[in-house]
Amino acid sequence: MAKVPVQFTLNGSEKAEFIDSGTTLLHALRDKIGDTSPKGGCHQGTCGACSIIIDGELRLSCLTLAETCNGADVRTTAGLSEGGGLHPLQRAFLDAFATQCGFCTPGMIMAAKVLLDHTPNPSREEVVEALSGNICRCTGYEPIIQAVLTAARSNSQNVA
Amino acid sequence: MAIRRGRGVAAINYPTGMNLGGDPTQALVHSTPTGNFMVTLSSVDLGQGMKQIMAQICAETIGVPTDRVVVDTADTDTGPHCMGTFASRGTHRAGNAVIQAAREARQVMLEVAAEELEVNASDLETDGQGNIIVKGAPQKSISIFDVALSAHFKRGRSISGRGMFLIPRSYPEKETGAMKPSTCYAHACTVAEVEVDDETGEVTVLTVKNVFEIGRALNPKMVEQQLVGGSWMGISHALYETTEPYYPSRDHGGTDFNQYLMPGPGDLAKTEIIVLERPSADGPYGAKGPGEMCANPQIPAVANAIFDAVGVRIDTLPITPERILRALKAHAPN
Ligand code: FES
Ligand code: FES
Repeated sequence: MAKVPVQFTLNGSEKAEFIDSGTTLLHALRDKIGDTSPKGGCHQGTCGACSIIIDGELRLSCLTLAETCNGADVRTTAGLSEGGGLHPLQRAFLDAFATQCGFCTPGMIMAAKVLLDHTPNPSREEVVEALSGNICRCTGYEPIIQAVLTAARSNSQNVA
Repeated sequence: MAIRRGRGVAAINYPTGMNLGGDPTQALVHSTPTGNFMVTLSSVDLGQGMKQIMAQICAETIGVPTDRVVVDTADTDTGPHCMGTFASRGTHRAGNAVIQAAREARQVMLEVAAEELEVNASDLETDGQGNIIVKGAPQKSISIFDVALSAHFKRGRSISGRGMFLIPRSYPEKETGAMKPSTCYAHACTVAEVEVDDETGEVTVLTVKNVFEIGRALNPKMVEQQLVGGSWMGISHALYETTEPYYPSRDHGGTDFNQYLMPGPGDLAKTEIIVLERPSADGPYGAKGPGEMCANPQIPAVANAIFDAVGVRIDTLPITPERILRALKAHAPN
């Protein structure tokens, strides 16, 4: 199969790869570029573990063809920490014990990030809605919901 | 047709580990040249926090800070034997093995320190901060860092230990059939409140109140985390999860991940967790196994609550709306 070029920014740095046409972005990120923060849970768009942010929107990287991402701004959990410190969402997940096996965590954090980017002070219902496409087998969700609410509060304190 | 409320209670008695032919776990502990400690296990951490707990147990036994301990659970081909992480046995079995291995390593560590300080090993103790001190004379001390260097480069000693914990196989007595399937039991009780729509058969779990008696909570936050997740999982077992809805017929069986039902973040019952600590006699620092048990009592509690609400006993899991409606129909006076 012919290789096709793809070029996009990943967490702010330029990436260029030759990939097989039809390669998913999840596969390209994990196996070509080496960013394993998006996880492959179901590879069919139902678990949310592979969630990433493309041009500010929450997307499932297992259902996104890499070749459609030319010129895009791609963000993953691996690029979240700022200057060596944890992002407030990562800190809140840690503090709330919102992760056990951790397989859902990067996807949850991406979903929460997009929510907070658009809605800095979400209600519990809005958090639940934002996480509803992400499956967690371990935590029972409540610690994750609490972590997102805590991160939102700490964000609004920083702004105030 | 109405929404009916019910409340159900259930209590369980839960064995730690299993005993089908002896239940062993082994552990090895050794120090690095700089006085960090390595615990080697084949027991797997699958998110429940095995590595953290084993690091705590090793650190407590040797007398060093937890961050001086590294736990390697990497490879069942090369690690010491473990039956596995299941049946809520990890903390109990591996923890006991780690204590034994860490005690042996501590003894060697104290012997090397004794030679360096020219005192008796039995006169030494650890300060928990990375030093070994002479009892009653704390100004006379040596860091574990220096002890490890001495052991490796001067005295040719290996600061290491072997641990083996085995629950021997228990055979039933011929006359009575009595046997000892387990040596350590955890306990739990759950009260669940539900609403059942007797027209659609749908169940909403309003509240779940759980009390867990788990021996000593070696890491209280991680215990709570597991119990909260487990309580959710119990409700999931009770009402949602199955791969074979019409077993043994494959009809309508899920074929993939996306057809396996679990409650999502919008379906959560208000959950309460209370932990009772009653240290066990044979657990590491009094621990028992809370692992699987945390997802058990919710199932009968929910079934009982449904009975309380609409008067039908469902004895097949999961308790789906269809099963409730069929039971109601079979029950109805013509
Ligand atoms: S791997 Fe993409 S949604 Fe599950
Ligand atoms: S922490 Fe295991 S799936 Fe969410």
